[in-house]
Amino acid sequence: MNEFWIILTASIVAINAALLGCFLLLRKMSMVGDAISHAVLPGIVVAYYLSGDKTSILLLIGATLTGVLTSYLITFLSKKARIQGDASIGITYTLLFAVGMIMISTWLKGNVDIDMECVLYGDVALINLDKIIIDGNLYIGPRAFYVEIIAFAIIIVSLLWGYKGFKILSFNEDYAQSLGIRTGRWHYFLMTLVSLTTVVAFEVVGAILVVGFLIVPPATAQLLTNRLPFMLIVAALVGIVSAIGGYYLAVWLNVSITAAMIVVSGLIFSLAFIYVRFRERLGNKSVTEHLPI
Amino acid sequence: MQTFIDFISFKDPNVLYVVLGMFFINGSSAMIGTFAFLRKRALIGDAIAHALLPGICLGFMFSGDKNILYLFLGAFATGWISTYLVDYIVNQSKIKQDAAIGIVLSVFFALGIVLLTYIQNAGYSNHGGLNLFLFGQAAAIGKSELWIFAVIFITILLLIILFYKGFTTVAFNADFAKAIGLPVKTIEFLLTSLTVLSIASGIQALGVVLMSALIVTPAAAARFWTNKLPKMLGIAVLFSVFSGFIGAFVSYSESGTPTGPWVVMILSLITLLSFIFSTKRGILARYLQARNNKLKIRHENILKAIYQYHERIGRQVRLDQKLSATDILGIRIFDTSELQKGLRRLIRNDYIRKTEDRYQLTEIGAKESKRIVRLHRLWEQYLLKRTTIDTYHVHSGAEAIEHILSPEIEAELKRELGIEGIPEEDF
Amino acid sequence: MNNCAIEVHNLTTTYGGAPVLWDIDFELPAGQIIGIIGPNGSGKTTLLKTIMGLLEPSSGYVKIFDQDLEKMRERIAYVPQRESVDWDFPATVEDVVMMGRYRKANLFRRSNRTDLAVVAESIEKVGLTPFKKRQIAQLSGGQQQRVFIARALAQKADVYLMDEPFVGVDAATENAILSLLEEMKAQGKTVLIIHHDLQTVSDYFDYLVLLNTRLIAKGTPQEVLTKENLSNAYGGQLTLLAKVANLIKENEFPIREKDMDL
Repeated sequence: MNEFWIILTASIVAINAALLGCFLLLRKMSMVGDAISHAVLPGIVVAYYLSGDKTSILLLIGATLTGVLTSYLITFLSKKARIQGDASIGITYTLLFAVGMIMISTWLKGNVDIDMECVLYGDVALINLDKIIIDGNLYIGPRAFYVEIIAFAIIIVSLLWGYKGFKILSFNEDYAQSLGIRTGRWHYFLMTLVSLTTVVAFEVVGAILVVGFLIVPPATAQLLTNRLPFMLIVAALVGIVSAIGGYYLAVWLNVSITAAMIVVSGLIFSLAFIYVRFRERLGNKSVTEHLPI
Repeated sequence: MQTFIDFISFKDPNVLYVVLGMFFINGSSAMIGTFAFLRKRALIGDAIAHALLPGICLGFMFSGDKNILYLFLGAFATGWISTYLVDYIVNQSKIKQDAAIGIVLSVFFALGIVLLTYIQNAGYSNHGGLNLFLFGQAAAIGKSELWIFAVIFITILLLIILFYKGFTTVAFNADFAKAIGLPVKTIEFLLTSLTVLSIASGIQALGVVLMSALIVTPAAAARFWTNKLPKMLGIAVLFSVFSGFIGAFVSYSESGTPTGPWVVMILSLITLLSFIFSTKRGILARYLQARNNKLKIRHENILKAIYQYHERIGRQVRLDQKLSATDILGIRIFDTSELQKGLRRLIRNDYIRKTEDRYQLTEIGAKESKRIVRLHRLWEQYLLKRTTIDTYHVHSGAEAIEHILSPEIEAELKRELGIEGIPEEDF
Repeated sequence: MNNCAIEVHNLTTTYGGAPVLWDIDFELPAGQIIGIIGPNGSGKTTLLKTIMGLLEPSSGYVKIFDQDLEKMRERIAYVPQRESVDWDFPATVEDVVMMGRYRKANLFRRSNRTDLAVVAESIEKVGLTPFKKRQIAQLSGGQQQRVFIARALAQKADVYLMDEPFVGVDAATENAILSLLEEMKAQGKTVLIIHHDLQTVSDYFDYLVLLNTRLIAKGTPQEVLTKENLSNAYGGQLTLLAKVANLIKENEFPIREKDMDL
């Protein structure tokens, strides 16, 4: 039963990250996602320190805001301080991560809920410690599962509702603006969703490995598909397969479950990469012969 | 204070190791990071840092103990492979660089965690301390590590001096370097190797996440202070080494807090201060410059108005009238308090003298007012000659510009208009 | 000017402190094909972007049919440079052209039958109907350019701003665009096109704007294409202008005095 809940919860984490990661990837902002996932750390620590509770809604909001702030800070550094884009990302997230580390080492010394290793790679196996039990004895799954389901619902509704907006923002921001669409608001909407995903995924997979789910499945899907709806679906599927495969790989080798999941997604990416290269080599001959231009 | 004295007297030999270690690590990474920064490859350092972890674990598994040399070789190998893979993915598919970095970074790191947990659970003895590489622990720097860091530091320094020309050309413009026949591939290989080397030397002290700050941040901070590469290298190294020293001290006095995060905090603080106070590109300097411009424009407008007053009554040759503030306001609208402030400053600078509420140009004031009006008219002429501009716009277009035209530009304007050498009074 | 489609008044746009467009002032006649010409880096794209409200001018204003841009969004369509987007984006020709039907107000609705019909018609007009299901990366450069033009056509606007539509396209595309322009002119549309090939300007355009940071000349091709104007724009005569622009940037100087009172 534990196994079932772990795989299910991790799969939903993977789906959430993969769906949003597609838009980050298409906007060439994958590394901003990376930065956000590191930078929510101080937000989580402060909120945890104030509320003393890992499950509070305050924690969720505080940490999500830190993530949005990060994306704002990156934009500020590159626009106002005129620091080149990639350097702004590097400066911002290392600083915020360092702040988080100092906070943990001073305020939360010896705390069992948040320690540095769970920050980095989480521990999905522990989600079963925090169970939701109703009617005294009916076990209906770990709390983390329900948190993820709620995040999933928010993301799905946002993406269905704002599909056109996110699509045009990703393909051609200038053009969207020329139609009168407020691209700035869409940008921060996306950043908020990414930040939320990172925060809720934090305790399940840790800050760094959620980056894997944000980037690797969407990249795999980009290699394999030609249309956005398919890309989203394939990315989600790659996420799910990674979660399942990673779980069994981890059990077999007795290693970290979440890390194994990302390793599996890396394997799937490599296979897709090789497949596409192979197909292109074969395809090149026939394409040049038949394509009517 | 006592803590500081204890600290710098190196009573504890470990403090000396940490301080020297941070010196070598920060120096190496700041130097090589400056090149990475200029090549717009700042985030590659991030991928490399994460990718060292599986190499370290493999080195450990291979050697069976924490022999620093094996760990180092393993780290170097996977670090190198990671940069190669990033380039390979970008060149061979439609995946763009930032995503490629993200893929390599997360998958290699995950692989590192898998290996690390494997080592922990598979009964390797003596594996304690391997997880230090995750977050880093400067206190763990020992004598043998110190030697390696020193060798790396000196190697990087010597190679930069030796190949300075090649490195700079490639960093600024690889295409140009190729065109003039430099061995770009070899130079890039060397730069990449040195980057991996410097990151590998710092990983134990800073950890995988924070190590990339030592690559990016010093260069970004130094960039605020200079446009010249040798200076930029020097400043980056200075900032980084200073942060290393202070970071080590803070961590020493607040015992229990790790060194790495403090180093990064101080480094970021320096960047912030540079952003505010830098004399070249800082916001404060930009703000002061804008303020000075504003004052300059105000003063010159007052002088111009006084000139125009004389022109109106046909006495622009002598410029000797005594005007009231109202007379000036009759020529050009000023905010009254700004006009008063401006006049006071002009009096202090001897452009104007004041006798009983009347203002009169001094000799230098008269000369200055002529100069301003002359520049205004030169620019008008230039625009009329070279561009299309409706006559009613000419004036407003020239209005802002006369305040910035330098003597060299004035000479050029005259040359273009073919009025070189004509006495100023004649136009 | 009676029947003026676009009025640009005293427009100055800066980039990193240096003026890229400087005191530009013109009115463009409606119902004509208008060319914007000038050397590289002369601010042509910046002009289009400023007209479209994508860049904030530091002074001056733009009016479309004597109205503010925000009121006229529905009547003005923009064709960005082909290189400005990543053609690996997972979308088909139809998907991209459909973006021409997006509005602030209908983003949350599904596309309706009218939208689909307009999209099909626009694709047909640029001759891409056989390719409508193809992914955009699998098109030639000329075909990609036609996708962008079809997307603008789908907006059903009155004024079209096109950034270098003739760059890197094959002869078939060039002819397709030219006949399309004829058709649009016959319908009374105004088309503003950035162009770089001086050989073809007199054939393509009714009216010209010659730029080099400042407005060098405007009017019919005969009026604009004089030796003097061309040498002013292209002959390196404006080095002085560039020097002054650079001084302004280096000194954080306000380009217009009123900017000071912020």
